[in-house]
Amino acid sequence: MSTPPNIDPEHEKNGPALPEDAPSGRRGFLKSAMGTMAGLAVTAGVLEPLRSLKDAPSLEEFLQQHYTKLTPDLMDQVLRRVEALMGEEYGAKVRVNDPKPLEGVEFAYALNLTRCNGSRRCVYACMKENNIPLDQPEMAYIRVLEMNIDSLDLEEGNVQYEASAVPREGKYYLPIQCHQCRKPPCTKVCPVEATWTEPDGITVIDYNWCIGCRYCMAACPYEARRFNWTKPSFAADEINPDMGYLSNRVRPRGVVEKCHFCLHRTRLGKNPACAEVCPTGSRIFGNILDPEGKIQFILKNKRVYILKAEAKTIPRFYYFFDN
Amino acid sequence: MIRSYLVFLGRAYVLSFSGSRLFYAWMAALTVVAAIGAHEFCRQLVQGLEITGMTDQISWGVYIANFTFLVGLAAAAVMLVIPAYIYRNKEIHDVVLFGELLAIAAIIMCLLFVMVDIGRPDRFWHMFPGLGKLNFPSSMLAWDVVVLFGYLLVNLHICGYLLYMKYLGRTPTLLFYMPFVLISIAWAISIHTVTAFLFVGLVGRPFWNTAIVAPRFLGSAFTAGPGILIIAFQIIQHFSDYKISEKAIYILRNIVTASLLINLFLLACETFKEFYAASAHSSSARYLFFGLEHQGHHFGSLSPWIWTAISMELVAAVILIVPPIARRMAFLNIACVLANIGIWIEKGMGMVVPGFVPTPQGTVVEYFPTWSETLICFGIWAFGLLIFSWMLHLAIPIMSRRFKAA
Repeated sequence: MSTPPNIDPEHEKNGPALPEDAPSGRRGFLKSAMGTMAGLAVTAGVLEPLRSLKDAPSLEEFLQQHYTKLTPDLMDQVLRRVEALMGEEYGAKVRVNDPKPLEGVEFAYALNLTRCNGSRRCVYACMKENNIPLDQPEMAYIRVLEMNIDSLDLEEGNVQYEASAVPREGKYYLPIQCHQCRKPPCTKVCPVEATWTEPDGITVIDYNWCIGCRYCMAACPYEARRFNWTKPSFAADEINPDMGYLSNRVRPRGVVEKCHFCLHRTRLGKNPACAEVCPTGSRIFGNILDPEGKIQFILKNKRVYILKAEAKTIPRFYYFFDN
Repeated sequence: MIRSYLVFLGRAYVLSFSGSRLFYAWMAALTVVAAIGAHEFCRQLVQGLEITGMTDQISWGVYIANFTFLVGLAAAAVMLVIPAYIYRNKEIHDVVLFGELLAIAAIIMCLLFVMVDIGRPDRFWHMFPGLGKLNFPSSMLAWDVVVLFGYLLVNLHICGYLLYMKYLGRTPTLLFYMPFVLISIAWAISIHTVTAFLFVGLVGRPFWNTAIVAPRFLGSAFTAGPGILIIAFQIIQHFSDYKISEKAIYILRNIVTASLLINLFLLACETFKEFYAASAHSSSARYLFFGLEHQGHHFGSLSPWIWTAISMELVAAVILIVPPIARRMAFLNIACVLANIGIWIEKGMGMVVPGFVPTPQGTVVEYFPTWSETLICFGIWAFGLLIFSWMLHLAIPIMSRRFKAA
């Protein structure tokens, strides 16, 4: 290497060839061209796995705006697109609706801890209703803890008990799902407002807006949220074709989901799947604004327990005991 | 003027690809590691985050751990800026630039660690104000994105401006950089504080929900950052003609010593609170230090990590505070390496992961990073080192006036 004129010779061993003089400049260009070629080859190798990427979003999906910014026309296009996608990806013919919250309704849940016998029927009904693959029990929105009768310490609870032998002596059962808090820590932390509380008290997630950072999962004191670590897989006939955009439609990979009080059912006046299936009648669902309703009756007449009341998130989910 | 800047960019591009064999070998090795990481990341894009060891219970792992550590590293550049610019300490003036270049590389790594951690990187634009829907000021993550990008821009401006002026042989105009330097000092403290608040602000995670997290983050960051710079400066001296004054290294050594002692003190404060007044909220600390019994099983995969971290930091502290040893360069280097590894563990396996254990529902689940996850981490670190080496490769000849305007 010739010493460029403006370089002190004693630095030559370390000094880079500076582009002042023409020859080393040309050589530099040749080198950089070779470097660029090598870079392209490496890039091709690096990107190779992407060839098997199947569920990349379409351009429309990629550019889709936040739920609250969609006009009725745009929303309709989105719903039809999601329906078509379900057909393409799962071969299922589905209807995706977007039922709106009802005027004068605020939903709340009350669960009778004296009666619940830990059958986990609610867990499975929820999974079926909400398109959660049955072979992924960790994705279930409801988890039931088998608790020692003398304790409310969750750390002593056992979530993996045998459901065939319930109820067991000395135990009671504590189902936990999203508590639909009035001061939800999850919506507060979401960096993109992909999750919010609707006027009827249900905290929902726009699965097409969530970026999958999982901050809401870290924030939830009830461990109610689940993440789609991979794409859920179903046979076409396992899918519940009656879907809500903000509720039970099959979720894409990489987003967070949770219990939404079956809003695609409850906003039409039905019970959530878990309340409907409960064999012991422990699950009471209703409108907390209705002064004659079941929820108000329980709040006025029963001994009510709020899980983790110290977190002050003020849940719309109440546990109660028979007097 | 624009023309001379374009010429500068062109020459800098050519200079980027000219160097010794050793330089080529180093850059090629880093490229290979980065490429392996990128390849693994592409696999993650196809299969989803299931290729990591994370679960619904432990939903953040080594990606966020590295992110946290690197935010601290980026913030630590400030420790050089303060004496250099405010107190006009000439000895350390030049080396500040290297600190800020390190900050730039660290912030780029931070942003990459966020990108690989999120489930939908294609929706990153949802965070851009105006275009998407940034939940500012409510979400601490939104704050973090804002301050990190801001810090990156401020540092790019300061370094870019000062280097270009040096290249032209002109005295930099105070007005064009001093205000930004002052901003960057406050900003550096803020990026790590905001990152601490990201954890502190969660009512359901008592292990993080404590005011000591932000001071501890700053203490550990100001140990780690200057520690890495001490080593980086010696490497720079060894492989280039650039002379870094011994005094600069001694100032850094004092910063490392003080910060490490403060960090150990804060750790002791926290440990006392968790174990002397052991409530239900101490379960995570018990899990971290000794492991937990749950449903008849013992779970304790984190305790070897934290004891290793504490031992390393203690040994480093002893080396640093015993004067005859501390003056020996080899021992100083050992102390810096030990302190950095210790702090990396303390912030990752010792802070991020145990916050999830036991879960809010009282279950105990353990986290083990997978190979894919680990390779992606190494890939990002290699990429960051690549960026840092490249910036030094351009900056050193500019600083020593060998690369200058014709």
